[in-house]
Amino acid sequence: MIGGIDIVTLIAALMAASTPVLLAATGELVAEKSGVLNLGVEGMMILGAVAGFATAVTTGSPVLGFLGGAVAGALLASLFAVLTQLLLSNQTATGLALTLFGLGLSALFGKGFEGIRPPPTTKLDFGPLSEIPVLGPILFHHDWMVYLSLVLVAATWAFLKYARAGLILRAVGENHDAAHALGYRVIAVRFAALAFGGALAGLGGAYLSLVRVPQWTEGMTAGAGWIALAIVVFASWKPERVLVGAYLFGGITALQLQLQAAGYAIPVHLLSMAPYVITVLVLVILSATHRHGAPAAPAALGRSFHASS
Amino acid sequence: MDRRSFLKTTAATATLAGLGLPAWASDDPLKIGFIYVGPVGDMGWSYQHDVGRRAIEEALGDKVQTTFIENVPEGPDAERALTQLALEGNQLIFATSFGFMDATVNVASKFPNVKFEHATGYKRAENLGTYDARFYEGRAIQGTIAGRMTKTNKIGYIGSFPIPEVIQGINAAYIHAKKVNPDVEIKVVWAYTWFDPAKEADAAAALIAEGCDFVLQHTDSTAPQAKAQEAGNVYTFGQASDMEAFKPSPRVASTIDNWAPYYIERAQAMLDGTWSSDATWGGIGTGMVEIGEITEAVPAEVKAEAEKMIEMISAGEYHPFTGPLNKQDGTAWLAEGETPEDGALAGMDFFVEGISAEMPK
Repeated sequence: MIGGIDIVTLIAALMAASTPVLLAATGELVAEKSGVLNLGVEGMMILGAVAGFATAVTTGSPVLGFLGGAVAGALLASLFAVLTQLLLSNQTATGLALTLFGLGLSALFGKGFEGIRPPPTTKLDFGPLSEIPVLGPILFHHDWMVYLSLVLVAATWAFLKYARAGLILRAVGENHDAAHALGYRVIAVRFAALAFGGALAGLGGAYLSLVRVPQWTEGMTAGAGWIALAIVVFASWKPERVLVGAYLFGGITALQLQLQAAGYAIPVHLLSMAPYVITVLVLVILSATHRHGAPAAPAALGRSFHASS
Repeated sequence: MDRRSFLKTTAATATLAGLGLPAWASDDPLKIGFIYVGPVGDMGWSYQHDVGRRAIEEALGDKVQTTFIENVPEGPDAERALTQLALEGNQLIFATSFGFMDATVNVASKFPNVKFEHATGYKRAENLGTYDARFYEGRAIQGTIAGRMTKTNKIGYIGSFPIPEVIQGINAAYIHAKKVNPDVEIKVVWAYTWFDPAKEADAAAALIAEGCDFVLQHTDSTAPQAKAQEAGNVYTFGQASDMEAFKPSPRVASTIDNWAPYYIERAQAMLDGTWSSDATWGGIGTGMVEIGEITEAVPAEVKAEAEKMIEMISAGEYHPFTGPLNKQDGTAWLAEGETPEDGALAGMDFFVEGISAEMPK
């Protein structure tokens, strides 16, 4: 306890609260590393939320629900990929359209699923480990998706850093003409990266509707997708920093509610603003340090590729 | 056209429009528009307004035609949505959230021939009436049940915005919980939103972590109910709608906003040509506030006590704000046996004595 705030509860709460944006941001990071800016994260998340919820309720299995959410997100991302990679539409405009499309489509699909309770997602049982003071509640008291999200961040980090396929993906994102000249299939790599990004956004959405809230309501992502996009920039396109960013954003939300519950009169708006102020600061610091090194953003980010050009 | 003949023509047109309305209304259906702050599927506040809208169609059939726009943010967008409804020929428009107030005032002044009704506001005009329900009467019942049943003596309250309607609710709940349980304290978390399921769930989780075993909400989604259910041993009340999916527990009772009779009455007044701008503030007595089933999770004697109070409020024998009551800073508010004027109540901007939470500025 520090000043009436139970740190253990706070950390445990922020891990659960941050998981949706953590997943979505990790997926978007991979997409952006391949050189595609997909602003449709919000749309993919909410479609994942409704698809995951519907699947879980229909089948009675949360695992299938998460799978359904991921598939729905990946499908919507594939639509984006067809439009931007094959038909070379503008990525910014298409991404924004994807968000609006996803919000509308999810509302339509979700009509029959309001006011229903999803099957509970099981918490992993660590036996005596969860009895350890302080560390027990923080580390060993979550549902399996929280651990999966951490594993996914670690796997993404390792993939981008050490795997040959990861290097190819980054090459495509840095200079698609050079990658193409070397014989790599730029469009195929970007398709895969986008689908992965969509799947993770869908997974994040499903976590929202199956665990964090847990229920389906229209518009329930309430801007989480945009926060995920901000976190990618905040993290300067590094997976390990995405983790820090997501927990920071989630932590401040959890903290301001807990401070209020503990009876502090805090300026809520200032705290809510803090993550964005920090993002701007990080951007300023990044651009200041660019003069001495390579820029943090993938060089081909947002640029369309066509083999003829 | 010089100014004088322009004025004449305008006046003539206005008179004609005024005279022509009843004739026109008998051929074409009366068009009625609604704007909602959340989705119809929130299963709370906006859902309940939509129940009222459908009741109009059911009661008046072919004579009316209703439309609604959902998910309208409080702000400039509301003005656009209201203008759109007015341009589409809606003669009566309901704006169903406090934050639509200024937008409704602006649009009402631009369309003097269209009638507007604003829920929970206090600004009126010739063609703009207001209507509100005495939600605090329901809070008195909730406070009584919570005060009797709480084991931790901590009651959590998720507030939306610090506006009179919400403050009345917090005060009424606290006063009545305190009356039956002197050790009770109330913890308030402001969500600064009417509808954000994830944030509402987080707010409920924070209150539960703080030791509250009752979570009252003044936000629109059922997320806090779901969170309470997950925690177990935490109770809630249906807010705005019955939220019967969470019976018998965590939801042990509910305050239902029953707008249907009022909506039908106002639509009928339009058809009869008797509509006039006024301020309606209905409560348990008029049926605008209903208390949903008190479930078996509530001990019988507590249920009886709550039902007694419902009866007394309904009959006008008891006012939830009856003195002696002091303000939070200790200054006197109501003397022994005194009850507040509606006007003073509608502008309530302070907590009563005993609440430790600070009012946000």
